[in-house]
Amino acid sequence: MAGSILGNRVLRKEDPKFLTTGGVYVDDLLTEPALVGALHVTYVRSSVAHGIITSIDTSDAKSMPGIVAVLTGKDLGLEPVPSAYNPAATRTLLATDKVRFVGEPIVAIVSNTREQGEDAIDAVIIDYDVLPALIDLEEAMASTTLLYDACGSNVVFDSMVLGLPDNTGDAYFADCEVVVKGRYLNQRVAPCPLEVRGAAAAWGKDGRLTEWLSTQHAQGAVAPLAAANGVEESMVHVKTPDVGGGFGAKIGAYPEELLLGVIAKRVGKAVRWRETRSESMVGLGHGRAQLQYVTIGGKRDGTVTHYQLWAIQDSGGWVDMGTILAPFMTRPMSSGVYAIPNIECRTTSVVTNTTPTVAYRGAGRPEATAAIERAMDMFALEIGMDAVEVRRKNLIPKFLTPHTTVVGQTYDVGDYETSLDKALVAADYKGWRAKQKAARDSGATKQIGIGVSVYVEITGGVGNGESAKVEVLDNGHALIYTGTSPHGQGHATSWAMLANEQTGIPIENIELVWGDTDLVPIGTGTMGSRSLQQGGNAVFAVAAELVNKAKSVAARLLEASEEDIVLDKDSASFHVAGTPAVAKTWAELAVAEKQAGGLVHSDVINVSGATFPFGAHVAIVEVDVETGKVTHIAHTACDDAGKVLNPMLLEGQIHGGVAQGVAQALLEEVSYDSDGNPITSNLADYAFISAAELPSVTVVHMETPTPVNLIGAKGIGESGTIGSTPSVQSAVIDAVSQFGVKHIDMPTTAEKVWAAIQSAR
Amino acid sequence: MIPAPFDYKRASSAAEAISLVSEYGEDAKFLAGGHSLLPLMKLRLAQPAVLIDIARIEDLSYIRDAGNHIAIGALTRHMDVEKSPILAEHVPLLSFAASHVGDPQVRHRGTIGGSIAHADSASDLPATTLALGATYVVQGPNGTREIAAADFYKGFLESALAPDEMLTEIRVPKMNGATWGFQKFNRRAQDWAIVGVAAWKRGTESGVGLVNMGSVPVLATSVAKAIAGGASIGDAAKLAGAEAEPQSDLNASAQYRVHLAEVLVRRALESTSK
Ligand SMILES: Cc1cc2nc3c(=O)[nH]c(=O)nc-3n(C[C@H](O)[C@H](O)[C@H](O)COP(=O)(O)OP(=O)(O)OC[C@H]3O[C@@H](n4cnc5c(N)ncnc54)[C@H](O)[C@@H]3O)c2cc1C
Repeated sequence: MAGSILGNRVLRKEDPKFLTTGGVYVDDLLTEPALVGALHVTYVRSSVAHGIITSIDTSDAKSMPGIVAVLTGKDLGLEPVPSAYNPAATRTLLATDKVRFVGEPIVAIVSNTREQGEDAIDAVIIDYDVLPALIDLEEAMASTTLLYDACGSNVVFDSMVLGLPDNTGDAYFADCEVVVKGRYLNQRVAPCPLEVRGAAAAWGKDGRLTEWLSTQHAQGAVAPLAAANGVEESMVHVKTPDVGGGFGAKIGAYPEELLLGVIAKRVGKAVRWRETRSESMVGLGHGRAQLQYVTIGGKRDGTVTHYQLWAIQDSGGWVDMGTILAPFMTRPMSSGVYAIPNIECRTTSVVTNTTPTVAYRGAGRPEATAAIERAMDMFALEIGMDAVEVRRKNLIPKFLTPHTTVVGQTYDVGDYETSLDKALVAADYKGWRAKQKAARDSGATKQIGIGVSVYVEITGGVGNGESAKVEVLDNGHALIYTGTSPHGQGHATSWAMLANEQTGIPIENIELVWGDTDLVPIGTGTMGSRSLQQGGNAVFAVAAELVNKAKSVAARLLEASEEDIVLDKDSASFHVAGTPAVAKTWAELAVAEKQAGGLVHSDVINVSGATFPFGAHVAIVEVDVETGKVTHIAHTACDDAGKVLNPMLLEGQIHGGVAQGVAQALLEEVSYDSDGNPITSNLADYAFISAAELPSVTVVHMETPTPVNLIGAKGIGESGTIGSTPSVQSAVIDAVSQFGVKHIDMPTTAEKVWAAIQSAR
Repeated sequence: MIPAPFDYKRASSAAEAISLVSEYGEDAKFLAGGHSLLPLMKLRLAQPAVLIDIARIEDLSYIRDAGNHIAIGALTRHMDVEKSPILAEHVPLLSFAASHVGDPQVRHRGTIGGSIAHADSASDLPATTLALGATYVVQGPNGTREIAAADFYKGFLESALAPDEMLTEIRVPKMNGATWGFQKFNRRAQDWAIVGVAAWKRGTESGVGLVNMGSVPVLATSVAKAIAGGASIGDAAKLAGAEAEPQSDLNASAQYRVHLAEVLVRRALESTSK
C-alpha cells in the first residue's frame, strides 16, 4: 500500500470553501428557518470606568423608530451571579448598580433592524455617581476603593489561599554572588479575532433554547446558558457556525451572549446580536496584563541558583478566567527550561476598572517564559557572559522520562539544548554576532540586536481526554464527530487524515461534525493547544475500534473468522487474508449493519496527562538608534511539538503564533487614560500587527514524541507566542545594551527605545 | 461602527455639486473617496444629514502639464498621483508621498482633493503640497478663487473652504531638478505618520513641510531661512520644530515628535528618497 498519510503536507479540506464562497458565520445565518425575522439586540454600555448607576431613562429610546423593547437588568429581573473563581465577587449580567469598566453592558435594545438599535443608543440616558477609576494595578491593590465590596479587597485571588507560601524577599538570595532584580510589565493586549463576537437565540415549540454562538467551546456554554435562562441543561442546544478566530477569548460565554435567550423569551421572537469592532475591543476579554517582580541570583560562573517571581495579574473589572492564569499556568512554568534549585513564586490577582482578562494564546505560559528569559538575559549582562552560554549552563539536561521541577511541575519529555543548538545554527547566530560587532565598531545609525529564548510550555492542560464518534454511511463515506471546536486550525483535514490512516476511507469522503451539542454532547472544545493530542487522539483510537467492528461484520458476511479479516487501506475494503478478490467495501458493511444500528463507534478516550512542548527562538532586529525605530529582520523558530501530523498546518500555527508574539514584543498594547477611558478601541489606534512588520519565519524541524497519547503529539497552537516574544524583546535590548540599556518594557516602541538610550547615555 | 441615517445625492458636475450643497446648507457634506469621511461617520463623530457624492465627476480627475505647474483635478485618486509619469518627471516628491498613503485599497479610493479639503495635519498630502508651494483652486456659487496652500489650513480639520465651496484643482509648481526627500515615521507600514517630512532643495532654495506636528500641516520656514542663509543641512534641521506645536498622544510625546522632526528633516534634505 501507499505509505502513511500521517506526516504529509495534506492541503486543507476547508480552504476551497473559505477561499471561494467564504465561511458561514453567525451573522450569515440568514436562511436559518428559526432565525428568519429575528430581531436585533444592541447593548448600551457603560461610558464610565467606575461608578454607581443612579438612573436609567429608556423612555425616549423606546419611542424611536423600529424599537421593540429597551430592557434594563431590573426589567429582566436579573439576579447577581457569582464568579467561578471567587464567589464573593458577584454581578448581574446587565449592570444594575455598579459599573466596573467602560464597555460593561447596562441596557439591551431590541429593534427591527440593527441600524435602528444603534441609533437608539444615544437616547438611553444613564446617570452615574462616578467613583475613582483604578487602572494601575499596584494602585488598585493598595486602594481602599473596592470594585467588589464583598471581596474585602481588590485582591481577588492569591496563590497563598492555595496554601502556597509567600515569597521570602531579599533574604532568599543571601548566599548568591550575584543578584539581579527586575520589574517587567507583560502588558495588556487584545486578542482581535477577525470575526468579532456574535450569537443568535431562538426558543422552539418544544420549549428548548437553540443558541448559535461564535465560540471555541459549545459544550461549555450549555451550563451557563441553562443557568442564565432558568432551564435544565437538556433544554439548551448550542450550535457553532464557522468561527473566525478566538485565540482563547471565545472560550467562555459572555453576558451579551447569555442574555439572548432571556431577551428572546421576553419579546417572544428570535433575536440576534453581533458586536462592532469598537465594542469588541472593550467587550471581548483581553490577555496577558501581568506585572512581574523578578529577582534572580547565582554564581559568577553563570550558574543560577535562586529565582523569585511575584506575578501580579490584572483581572480587569470582573473575576474571569484571567484571574487564575497566574497561579495555575504561570506559576507551574516559572522554572522554564532551567534546573534552578531554589524557586519562589507568588501570584496575586487584582481587579481593576478595565476590560476583564481571559485566556489569550499562551494564557499564562508566555508570561512565565518572558519573566525567566528576561531574568536570564539580565543575569548574563550583569556577569558579562554571553546570554546563550548562561542558558546552556542552566538547562535541564535531555530527559525522556518525566522530570519534575522544584515548583512541582512534571514535564513529559525534553531536549532543550538540541532545540537551542538547532535554532542557533539555522539562524547563523555566530554570523549575526560578527555583523553586530561590525555595526557597533562603525557606530552606524542602524545597530543589530540578537535575542534568544528557550521555552517550555504546557499544552493539553485542559481536559484529560476527548470524545469522538466515527460513523460510516451507506455510501462508504464517513462522518467524524469531535468534541474539539476548530476555528481556523484545520481539524477537518487533520481528523480526516487520522481516520483515513485507520480506515483507508479517502479524506475527501470524510466530513467533520463539531460544535453542535445535540450531535456532540461531550466535548472540551479547542483551547490550550489540546485538540490534536486529545481530540485527534480520540478520533485515531475510535477509528481503530471501528475497524475492528467492521472486521467482525466482514467476517460474518464472508463467513470467515474475524482474525483472518484484513483491511486493505488502498481500496478501503475488507477481505479474508489471501483472497483479496472477494472483498467487502465500507459501504457494503455499513448497509449490512444498518439494522443493527449502523457502522458507528463512539467513545471518550483519555490521555495520561498534559504535554510540554519546547523550543528555541532566535530573533534579529535592526534598531535605528537616532529614532529608536525597531525593524524585525529575521526570525528562527525551532518548536518541538512531538509527532507532526501535517507539517503545513504546523507551520501555519507557528507563523501565526510568531506574528502575535512579535506583536506583543514590538507593537500591541491596550491603553487607558487616567479616567479609565480606553484609547485603543479600534484597529487604527490599537497597533495590530500586519505582514509588513514581520520577516519570513525560518521554521526548524524537531520531533520528540510524547508518551502520553497514542500519536505522540504535543500542542503547537501557542508555541509561537511563547517563544517569540522574549526573543524579540531581548533582541531590541541587545541592540542598545552597548549604551548601557538593561531593560525596556514591551511593547518596545520607537519612543521607548529612544528614551531608554537617552537616559542610559 | 454604523453611521447615523443620511440622505444621498450624486452630482455629475462641479456646478451641480455646488448647487446641491447650497440647497442643503451646513447639513450637507461632499463625499469623494470617503476614506476620511466614512470612518468619522461610522464612529458617529460626523453625522451629516446629506452626502453629495462627487466621486464620479469624471472631468475633475486629471493630471496636466500647465507650463510652470502641474494641474491636478481634485478627484484624482492617490494611486493616479502615485503612478503619473508627468508627476514622476516634474513633481516626483508628490507621487512618492502619495505612494505612502495608507495601503493600495485606500489609494485606489481616496482623492487628493479629499485629502486636502479634509485638512488633517496627520495626512501626507496637505504637508507635501504645502512644502511644494501649491495653490488650490476652489469653486463656489459665485465663481472660482485661488488659495495659496500657505493660507489654506486654519485649524484642526479646518480650512479656508466655505461650506458651499468645492476644491476643484491643485496646482503644484514644477520642481525643476530639485533634490527632495519624503520621510514618513510610523508604527506600522499602513499607519498615518507619527511625524512625516516632505522636503526639497535647489541650491539655497528649499521647502519643508511637516506632517502631524501640530493642529495644521506645518511649513518649517526657519529651516528654509537657515538654508537660504547658508547653514548646513545638519544645522538647519535643528530648527525643524520652530514653527511646530506638536501634541502628545498615544503614539508619541511632543518632545519626541520634535526630536523626530529634526532627524527626519535632516534625512529628507540630505538625499533623495528611493
Ligand atoms: C485605512 C486608512 C488608512 C489611511 N492612511 C492614510 C495615510 O497614511 N496618509 C494619509 O494622508 N491619508 C490616509 N488615509 C486617508 C485617505 O488618504 C483619504 O482618502 C483622504 O484623506 C481623504 O480623501 P477622500 O477622497 O477619501 O475624501 P472623503 O473622505 O470623501 O472626504 C473628506 C472630507 O473632505 C471633503 N471633501 C472631499 N472632497 C472635497 C472637495 N473636492 N472639495 C471640498 N470638500 C471635499 C468631504 O466633504 C469630507 O469632509 C487613510 C484612510 C484609511 C481609511
